[in-house]
Amino acid sequence: MKKVIIRKRDVEEMIRYAGEQLPNEACGLLAGSDQGGERIIEKIYYLTNTDASNEHFSMDPREQLQAVKDMRARGLRPVGNWHSHPESPSRPSKEDKRLAYDPKASYLILSLMEAKPVLRSFHIENGEAETENLEIRD
Amino acid sequence: MYVTVAGTRKKVKEGLTLPELIELEKVETPEYVTVSINDEFIDADQRAETVLKDGDAVEFLYFMGGGC
Repeated sequence: MKKVIIRKRDVEEMIRYAGEQLPNEACGLLAGSDQGGERIIEKIYYLTNTDASNEHFSMDPREQLQAVKDMRARGLRPVGNWHSHPESPSRPSKEDKRLAYDPKASYLILSLMEAKPVLRSFHIENGEAETENLEIRD
Repeated sequence: MYVTVAGTRKKVKEGLTLPELIELEKVETPEYVTVSINDEFIDADQRAETVLKDGDAVEFLYFMGGGC
């Protein structure tokens, strides 16, 4: 199981942003690096959910392009993406699995269904999801 | 001629088409990939007839979406 490391302050910012987007799903990209068996998330990108829906998300391709260029300029690379589930648990839905085209990516899902948000990371390949070991560091 | 693919400059043959580049780059599930050339997005129905020019900067972006 891959270990994915994310900073606590980045998680707090993600929760704050996702809360602002309610009732809609929030989404974005993750940039970082792979070091040995660990994946370190260095920067979170906040992209527009062009579906503007509480049940679906699609990332704005123009913002995606700008984010990828920004990552490159910072010496980072895309390592995955994230989205929120306003009213459901932190696990990939059938649609999430069907639309996960990149087996090298980490897919982070932030559930806001309970008072305490839950963030988990997944590897998705051939429609199958496996939980990654997400470590939130100070 | 040279084109830049995902930030990396590469030498390619003159008159390379976009479908040829997609094959060369081994782009997986290209039907779910959005292509931009010099920051302009290429419509799916324009891909086959798109010919690259020296100095073009190409990006392949996977569609990213899902549900809950």
